Amino acid sequence: MQLTRTIRSIAITLAAGWLFCPAPSIAGVLPEDRADLMYHYYDGGGVQIDGPSVLVRKKFKEKYAVNASYYVDMVSSASIDVITTASPYKEERTQYGLGFEYLRGKVTYAASFSNSKENDYGADTASFSISQDMFGDLTTVQLFFSRGKDDVTRRGDDVFSEKVDRHIYGIDVSQIVSKKLILGASWETIAEEGFLNNPYRQVRYVDAVPLGYSYEPERYPHTRTGNALALRARYYLPYRAALQGDYRWYNDTWGIDANTLEIAYTQPIGDRLMFDVHFRYYMQGGADFYSDLYPRANSQNFLARDKELATMDSQTLGFGLGYEFKVPRVEFIQKASVNLKYDFMRFNYDDFRDLRPTGYAPGTEPLYSFDANVIRLFFSGWF
Amino acid sequence: MIPSRALFAALALLAFSGCSHVEPWVKPYEREKLADPIMAWDRDPVASSYILHVYESREGARGAAGGAGGGCGCN
Repeated sequence: MQLTRTIRSIAITLAAGWLFCPAPSIAGVLPEDRADLMYHYYDGGGVQIDGPSVLVRKKFKEKYAVNASYYVDMVSSASIDVITTASPYKEERTQYGLGFEYLRGKVTYAASFSNSKENDYGADTASFSISQDMFGDLTTVQLFFSRGKDDVTRRGDDVFSEKVDRHIYGIDVSQIVSKKLILGASWETIAEEGFLNNPYRQVRYVDAVPLGYSYEPERYPHTRTGNALALRARYYLPYRAALQGDYRWYNDTWGIDANTLEIAYTQPIGDRLMFDVHFRYYMQGGADFYSDLYPRANSQNFLARDKELATMDSQTLGFGLGYEFKVPRVEFIQKASVNLKYDFMRFNYDDFRDLRPTGYAPGTEPLYSFDANVIRLFFSGWF
Repeated sequence: MIPSRALFAALALLAFSGCSHVEPWVKPYEREKLADPIMAWDRDPVASSYILHVYESREGARGAAGGAGGGCGCN
């Protein structure tokens, strides 16, 4: 909570400065008028997810802007968790978003709301941000706050109903260093309270049954506070291409420590083609209360065998190709592009075991890993 | 708590910076390369928010994905 108070104080200090200082005479800019229509596809670890996503942004009088988004996940899951402790299922998640921005001088005020629904989970999120260009537009500082309220239910159980309350505080700084180099830094604190575990997932413990182990429900702490710090740099190479490096550190009150490294390269080819490649490496230490196999039932206060909380690493290699064109006989679309992005992901777990093979003593099964393929195909139009 | 006091002082200076004029060391007319779309932090927001969702659904860490956009002020 000390950290939350500190971030609140920082927000108040910055907001006071912005409020009491007259807006500089040169105005900032709002995002371009743009519409994106995307089809997304994920296939990995026995889970297939696909669906559409739409994002539209429109400015009015160069001072106001609105944006609206629509997103659908159609999930068909036979993941390792589902196979070993439940039955494969299908479900759909739909998310709507609406945002508003107001530009006054070099300060942009933004507010947005989103709603996500699936048959056993609902989430409402309201976000506010204030950003300012300063020091001759070399620096952009943004403060943001987000509040989320989730409703957790369980299929086949009309009595089960839980809540999650979420507060997110963050600050982003983007800094022009030279004619070719931009640096960025972000800090974000996420504080959650409520029912934070998955109501279906179970942990296993050693038991005197033929299989050698039995299951009991997961039990997570009811609070979690995580902090993330990210640093990034983007550099314009001597020829027309860009190179970006990112690093993120993460730590939370469940004992998860994570580090993420990413490098990305963008290469235009002629006037119309754009090629991207990126590699991302992620590694995390597991939650303090996580175990693949507990020594007995109810062996500790908190229990988790959710592989997202295990000690793990992941690697992602992605490619993207975009083609820009003019849409014939459609005057109001100034330019358009079609893009295809493909990512190959590999997830390796250090203490989450694959229970599908038989003939192993409990706790000696092979460690689990899986590959995933992610495709994003989208059309963008600027108007 | 000296670091936090220093932080507040630095932030207050930053926040009230609009009251004073700072001469930019990279002039607006020198930002041609920075204004190139290839230098945007987030060129395709619909695609990047999706891949972020993919990561966050399968990993324990979240946040600090960057949202300060702009930074160039050269449009």
